[in-house]
Amino acid sequence: MTAGSDPLTLYGEVFESRLLLGTALYPSPQIMADAVTASGAEIITVSLRRQSPESGGGNTIWDFIRRLGKRLLPNTAGCHSAREAVTLAQMSREIFETDWLKLEVIGDEYNLQPDPIATLDAARELVRLGFKVLPYCTDDLVLCQRLRDAGCEVLMPWGAPIGTGRGLMNAYNLASIRSRLPEMPLIVDAGIGRPSHAVQAFELGYDAILLNTAVAQASDPVLMARAFRHAAQAGRTGYLAGAMAERQTAQASTPVLGTPFWHQEN
Amino acid sequence: MIAVQLNGEARELGAALSLSQALEQWGYRCDKVAVAINTEFVPRSRYHEIVIKNGDALDVVAPVQGG
Repeated sequence: MTAGSDPLTLYGEVFESRLLLGTALYPSPQIMADAVTASGAEIITVSLRRQSPESGGGNTIWDFIRRLGKRLLPNTAGCHSAREAVTLAQMSREIFETDWLKLEVIGDEYNLQPDPIATLDAARELVRLGFKVLPYCTDDLVLCQRLRDAGCEVLMPWGAPIGTGRGLMNAYNLASIRSRLPEMPLIVDAGIGRPSHAVQAFELGYDAILLNTAVAQASDPVLMARAFRHAAQAGRTGYLAGAMAERQTAQASTPVLGTPFWHQEN
Repeated sequence: MIAVQLNGEARELGAALSLSQALEQWGYRCDKVAVAINTEFVPRSRYHEIVIKNGDALDVVAPVQGG
């Protein structure tokens, strides 16, 4: 099966790549641009930060990002309340000219865990304001159901805290969300550190992955971007192919009938 | 004198200016930034009509990389 015959549909838009990539933390803007290209990602995340007038409006990395011509997914990173997130979302919509939004409301500074209540409050208001909300959330099934009920058409539960690279900490929770929301596009966001983690996300039936640090902080970000591109394709294709059932005991794969030197034991 | 906070730093304006005038005075290009006053989003279409008041806290943001 080719990627072209297995599209990812998010908010009515069709994508071939199932890898969403962040644009932060790279050694240089050029390496960021090369990594995005190598990853095959069609959606990249961006953000907004205070700008001092003295900077003169120049922002090298933003010029690199814009030239990539990818669909932009602005985030609300750093917001700690629904009100902050809604305001920053409106600022994002004006600057980036998109109503797509990675909603991110942090509840705890130690593990950067999303605040489930504030995220839900913000999601309701943002949907009302016409945003296409992709909420970064914890792997709580009921929260995910409430976010769906609020009008989110895509959900992005975490694999592990942002930047930890610890992989899927609670595969059971992620599998429960997949099982209970079978039609909902689900993206594992945050915590993926290695291509093998990416494959595991797809094996759980997740539709896509979003990562940043795992690529940006690799020894060779461009090579790692390519590795994740292959991991996403391998994981997704393997999921569609249907893995064999595990067995408790060994079972020979070579035919037993006609085994040479075989003789009946007395 | 109008005293305001611009991105968390104290600034003064010599007179009551519109938001568009203040941004220009500070050296911003209006088409490259987004603005909130007192954590309330201000659409670009309203920059001319909004007058900056004493004590206003302005956030002026621009695109950056993100995860």
